[in-house]
Amino acid sequence: MRKAGIFPSVFLGLSLLFISGCSNESENEIKEVNLYSARIESLIKPLLDEFTEETGIKVNLVTGNADELLQRLQNEGRNTPADMLLTTDAGRLHRAMEEDLLQPVESETLQQRIPSSYRHPEGYWFGLSLRARPIMYVKDRVDPAELSTYEALVEPRWNNRICVRSSSNIYNQSMVASMIVANGEAATEEWAKGLVANFARSPQGGDRDQISAAAAGQCDIVIANTYYLAGMLTSNDADEKAAAEKLAVFWPNQDDRGVHINVSGAGIIKDAKHRDNAIELLEFLTSDTAQQWYAETNGEYPVRDDIETGEVLEQWGDFRADSLEMDKLGEFNADALRLMDRAGWQ
Amino acid sequence: MSFINQLRPYPAFIFVLAVVLSMPVAVVLAHVFVPSGDIWQHLSSTVLPDYIRNSLLLMLGVAVGTLLIGVTAAWLTTMCQFPGRSVFEWALLLPMAMPAYIIAYTYTGMLDFAGPLQTSLREWFGWQYGDYWFPQIRSLNGAVAMLTLVLYPYVYLLSRAAFLNQSICVLDVSRTLGNGPWKTFWKVALPLARPAIIAGLSLALMETLADYGTVQFFGVSTFTTGIFRTWFGMGSAAAAAQLAAGLMVFVFALILIERYSRRKARYHHTSRRHQDLRRFQLTGSRAFLAFLFCLFILGLGFLLPALQLLSWTIHVADTVIDADFLRLLVNSLSLAAFAAVLALILALVMAYAQRLYPGKLVSGAVRVAGMGYAVPGAVIAVGVMIPFAWIDNTIDDLARSQFNYSTGLLLSGTLVAVTFAYLTRFLAVSLQTVDSGLTRITHSMDEAGRSFGFRPLQILRQIHIPMLSASLMTALLLVFVDVLKELPATLILRPFNFNTLAVKAYELASDERLAEAAPAALAIVIAGIIPVILLSKTITRSRKLKLAIDEN
Repeated sequence: MRKAGIFPSVFLGLSLLFISGCSNESENEIKEVNLYSARIESLIKPLLDEFTEETGIKVNLVTGNADELLQRLQNEGRNTPADMLLTTDAGRLHRAMEEDLLQPVESETLQQRIPSSYRHPEGYWFGLSLRARPIMYVKDRVDPAELSTYEALVEPRWNNRICVRSSSNIYNQSMVASMIVANGEAATEEWAKGLVANFARSPQGGDRDQISAAAAGQCDIVIANTYYLAGMLTSNDADEKAAAEKLAVFWPNQDDRGVHINVSGAGIIKDAKHRDNAIELLEFLTSDTAQQWYAETNGEYPVRDDIETGEVLEQWGDFRADSLEMDKLGEFNADALRLMDRAGWQ
Repeated sequence: MSFINQLRPYPAFIFVLAVVLSMPVAVVLAHVFVPSGDIWQHLSSTVLPDYIRNSLLLMLGVAVGTLLIGVTAAWLTTMCQFPGRSVFEWALLLPMAMPAYIIAYTYTGMLDFAGPLQTSLREWFGWQYGDYWFPQIRSLNGAVAMLTLVLYPYVYLLSRAAFLNQSICVLDVSRTLGNGPWKTFWKVALPLARPAIIAGLSLALMETLADYGTVQFFGVSTFTTGIFRTWFGMGSAAAAAQLAAGLMVFVFALILIERYSRRKARYHHTSRRHQDLRRFQLTGSRAFLAFLFCLFILGLGFLLPALQLLSWTIHVADTVIDADFLRLLVNSLSLAAFAAVLALILALVMAYAQRLYPGKLVSGAVRVAGMGYAVPGAVIAVGVMIPFAWIDNTIDDLARSQFNYSTGLLLSGTLVAVTFAYLTRFLAVSLQTVDSGLTRITHSMDEAGRSFGFRPLQILRQIHIPMLSASLMTALLLVFVDVLKELPATLILRPFNFNTLAVKAYELASDERLAEAAPAALAIVIAGIIPVILLSKTITRSRKLKLAIDEN
């Protein structure tokens, strides 16, 4: 029995140690803001450090998968320590708003800087960067004149030539959701079946893997986000760079709705305890420095149109982006996934 | 009588403990009763058959692979003498330090169509895509291979311990009856070691079921990947929980098989005369084959991927390894050590309850407490998050209404929640190990102790602790290594500004930056190697210790 008695007290003691260790800092009057981020640490920390240096506001960071962070916010309820949620797609921001986790923000700076299509009309969330998902082709095997739209990728000439990743991935789910909005569910399902029939291999790996596979000759056409290609082009690894150089970007659907894009963005948590600091951080993330950093370091397109994007992005030229409301991507996500299940898109 | 026994404080405590520890799994399973609309219809007409088929094939493949490799390697290194044996003895455990998702990333980097090996082949022979056949690494077979390579050590470890513990007399008798090494193996050693082998196998298979990183990366749809697709992609927690419940059916089947195999095998050695094993001396081509087999396994499971990680690490070292990296290391190690000690204490408390109060209630409670092992870490994490947040918010509401004071979140988002998730997930590991150690101490040994007039604590000190020490050490180290590698629960539950090596490696690898992920991955492997080596030494030493005791 003695043994049994020791355990709870040891556990409790150590627990208290942990808790006090964690809350120590917040008791001093440090200016801070607590951030839940679906963007991985190495792709956000440098900016946050710069923000801290500039403003003296310390940023506490938890990274994780967006869905799991949402789950966490939901459970923590009004006691959540989080002030701000940062995601890499608009669908999740929409879901956070639907679940009553965010609060509207009025900021002239934000409204002025961010085009209205990339932020929520009432200020529940704000886009910070654009992620375009165009078609990429292998330069010496595909004539870009053959390419036109996503829809045209089901043509028999692309049989056994297309590489794209799994339907478990949010980028594909969003893309298909955007097509459901544009063409309706039945037509999109037909399209998905046709696309699957043209796959060069069963979906595997991430976007970079599709690019590498195309460069190595396994397929000729890839659907992938541009910043992966940009990342490979600026890589230290010579092989990776050489592979990426074999591909070029084609902007599809330029004569109709435009290329599929998603936004990374952020919203302020409903019960934020450091609301003002969080707004300051949001504003910082749309500043010239931060926006340029997105373009040059991450290879994403700035959400503002008055920012220099650097030579990697400039070589691909301008594009017309799909102007559908970003909310729709979240709304049709489940439908998109089911549709892909039915089409046999693994 | 036995039911009244169960009402005493100790077993009652075990019961409460089991309830608390099984809470995360129960919380998730409770969603089973929430209606999930037409999702099931959709799932069963589209992807569910794939989930079932792939999960079964994966388990089957890993079972065959780990048994063949694990048992063969254990037999060779314990019972045979061949060049390099004493090194392989411990080195064959090294793959255990390699997280499955990391070995998967590494091999993909090497063997993929666009990887260096295939690219060189194409360059040398002037091949194009489709001109040649090459095993597809990202496939069900690839996943079986990856999981087998890192999970066979469970079978190896436990069957080796069993072979070492077999009384030499039994094997001697077999030999005097004219049985050669093969016959001795099949007729005597293998049946005797069966409970241990099956225990090791069931650990390996539970890990297989819980694996998410590897199958997800390879694009193999299993129950685990299905749970997350349904949960997050379709936004249906209920259907996801129902899938998780489906997963639990597999787990129960495993537990039952393991129990059943033990029940049928009540072998106790009647003689406790141990002496140094006389190993079968292998010569010539047989020695060479044994050497080659061990080297091959070690090479694939450890040397090759570790070298690849090392070369990537050297490539990026100057940009990635800094003061932050050191902090990651400290975080990972201290968390793993803390969780391992706690898990060991709990396992001991439970295993002894089972021994002292045999009965359905206690043994059932202990089984239930260990269930979390086969549940994917992310599912456990959500199961921890929900009740913890509920407790925190209830306390806060109470404090607000009574004292007009907000307590905020006390447990959620702290390391307490993280540690609790580890315990739920990994208790089965220490429980299995301690339990199998404890069953080797027969009740007649206790009785002998009592007839000497030993008090219970004396029996514990004089008989149990020396005989258990290897099992305790094993339990401790297994959990340590498991926690070190653990990813999903840490990721979801951790507090602000707290990262571990696994989190770091995962974040970079998931962003498809394999080279930059390498230093953290390599650090996990290296930090895992030390306990693994210790582990091997302990088992050998415990046998020597036993020999010493027997001689006195």
